[in-house]
Amino acid sequence: MPSKLIESTMRTENLPHIWCPGCGHGILMRDVAQAIDNLGLDHDKVVIVSGIGCSSRAAGYMDFNTLHTTHGRAIAFATGVKLANPELTVIVITGDGDAAAIGGNHFIHACRRNIDITVVVFNNNIYGMTGGQYSPTTPTGEKGTTAPYGNIDYDFDLPELAKAAGATFTGRCTAYHVPQAIKLLEAAIQNKGLSMVEGLSVCPTYYGRKNKKGGVIKMYNWQKNNCIDVKKAEKMDPEELEGKILMGEFYHKEKPEYCEQYEAIIEKCGGNK
Amino acid sequence: MDKKRFRFVQGNEACVEGALTAGMRFYSGYPITPSTEIAEQSAIRLPQLGGHFIQMEDEIGGIAAALGASAAGVKAMTATSGPGFSLKQENIGYGCLAEIPIVVVDVQRSGPSTGMPTSPSQGDVMQARWGTHGDHPMIAIAPSSVQDTYNQTVRCFNLAEKYRTPVILLMDEIIGHLREGLEVIPAEELEIVNRGDHNITGMAYAVGEGEYVPEFAPFGEGERYNITGLFHNDAGFPTNDNDFTDKIEHRLMAKIEQNLDDILDWEEYMLDDAEYAIVAYGGTVRAAKGAIEKLRAEGVKVGLFRPVTVWPFPEEAMKKVADKVKAVVVAEHNYGQLLLEVERVIKDRAELSFVGKVDGTTLKPEDIQAKVKEVL
Repeated sequence: MPSKLIESTMRTENLPHIWCPGCGHGILMRDVAQAIDNLGLDHDKVVIVSGIGCSSRAAGYMDFNTLHTTHGRAIAFATGVKLANPELTVIVITGDGDAAAIGGNHFIHACRRNIDITVVVFNNNIYGMTGGQYSPTTPTGEKGTTAPYGNIDYDFDLPELAKAAGATFTGRCTAYHVPQAIKLLEAAIQNKGLSMVEGLSVCPTYYGRKNKKGGVIKMYNWQKNNCIDVKKAEKMDPEELEGKILMGEFYHKEKPEYCEQYEAIIEKCGGNK
Repeated sequence: MDKKRFRFVQGNEACVEGALTAGMRFYSGYPITPSTEIAEQSAIRLPQLGGHFIQMEDEIGGIAAALGASAAGVKAMTATSGPGFSLKQENIGYGCLAEIPIVVVDVQRSGPSTGMPTSPSQGDVMQARWGTHGDHPMIAIAPSSVQDTYNQTVRCFNLAEKYRTPVILLMDEIIGHLREGLEVIPAEELEIVNRGDHNITGMAYAVGEGEYVPEFAPFGEGERYNITGLFHNDAGFPTNDNDFTDKIEHRLMAKIEQNLDDILDWEEYMLDDAEYAIVAYGGTVRAAKGAIEKLRAEGVKVGLFRPVTVWPFPEEAMKKVADKVKAVVVAEHNYGQLLLEVERVIKDRAELSFVGKVDGTTLKPEDIQAKVKEVL
């Protein structure tokens, strides 16, 4: 029996999902649904926009207005949805390849505009849907089917990238730390502006196998033992933080939002009569 | 004289006025010569009417945001020229399969590649039909004057809404930058097609028996459905069912093919007694009409067949013209693109000849006149 949350936020007729056993995407999708539910948003007024890849299949399972777009373009489609009807709550679910490689331009420019969209990047460190090629977040030195001798690219720090580009809310959560993820997503959705949350996923099938990460349980345990809340990290020594990944709310700043500013232009032009 | 109604403007501006009359309230695009005035004018005019303009970070974002706005229930347009038209192709196909109405304006310029950005061309005719991958329906309309640009832009929106598909306004630099008189005919005096009310069914893509176009459910109004570029079932969810895929592909093609009487448009000029026919569209029509005037003065019975809907091509009308003339001369600003379609349609009904221009200058009436004289 599906839980009450699943009944009310998922299209149960389309479940079970297509993700591999042990994949973190299902957990992150549930976290997004729980955050929406906790905020009490009207489901008819929520739009989930996704691109192409493993992450982007989430849209089809979620019982909201869902737009499964072309590869890399989710944020650009979402920009049109939001500006055309600012009353809608627009959440983009995208992946590391979708958001940071093919869709990188839309990603940074949406941040720059500070348009009221929440971008959740399900980061599995690999192109999963196409079978394990290295992505912009595959750590340097690690392997993918197209990096058989080790990846020589440097990987993106997505929340840093978003902040530098102008996003007004950034953070990171993991598939392991569920309550923390839900809280972070709630705050991100509530921010009036561009919010970017990186959700560290787990890809045992491709990333894990290619890089000998030791299987599903070991990969989740790695997240458990190596991801430190940013507030806790403040009190820790640099040596203790060696090799650790920070999570939690990184950045939150008030700045005029794009749609509100456009409404002021309409007002000025007399277009609201 | 009513100065708001009667104006002296360029084609690009007429396009924006036509779009606004048709109900466009969202424009997203990227600057590119020779279409930029469409973006500039939209940026001025849209907020005055409570609409939204956004300059996106690239051409792909331009069409993507327009599709998103349309999904949210607002009539949307984007405009571009050759290089940008190439970049938009993937999302034109998305609009075809996801059945999202938008208008895409292509003010053609010389190509390939960056080509000659300020020079006229009609080199995107085949790209307009087949530029996006996969089998898909297509409507593309080529206006041939400033007034026609206004009227045809309205028609593009109407067809996009009626058939839930991207419609291409296939302009060219000649018409985009041409300044002529324009009568801004108000919406009340025109047929404007708007989206009807949608009944929530849970089957957003279902059609009734003998129907081809599902009614559109805008986001935010209760029909919480899925829009996708994957083949999908009636509820909008991805499917690998081959029978269903076959059914939806046929329906997408049929919604155009079964409605040709409603969609097709062409102009016949001085063809009643013609022994020779010139086929021209868009900006080339003007040179063709000049050639006809000169040839008629010399006693040559020649007329014009002008496809207004370049796609779908007015096949039966073209055949009838070919049946009664000795020769057909296709004139276009390219290496011979619509020529291929005319050839396919008329077969051996009449002799076929071609006059084109690919040096960035315009075809002159004399060029077409000379070609017709060759086939006399």
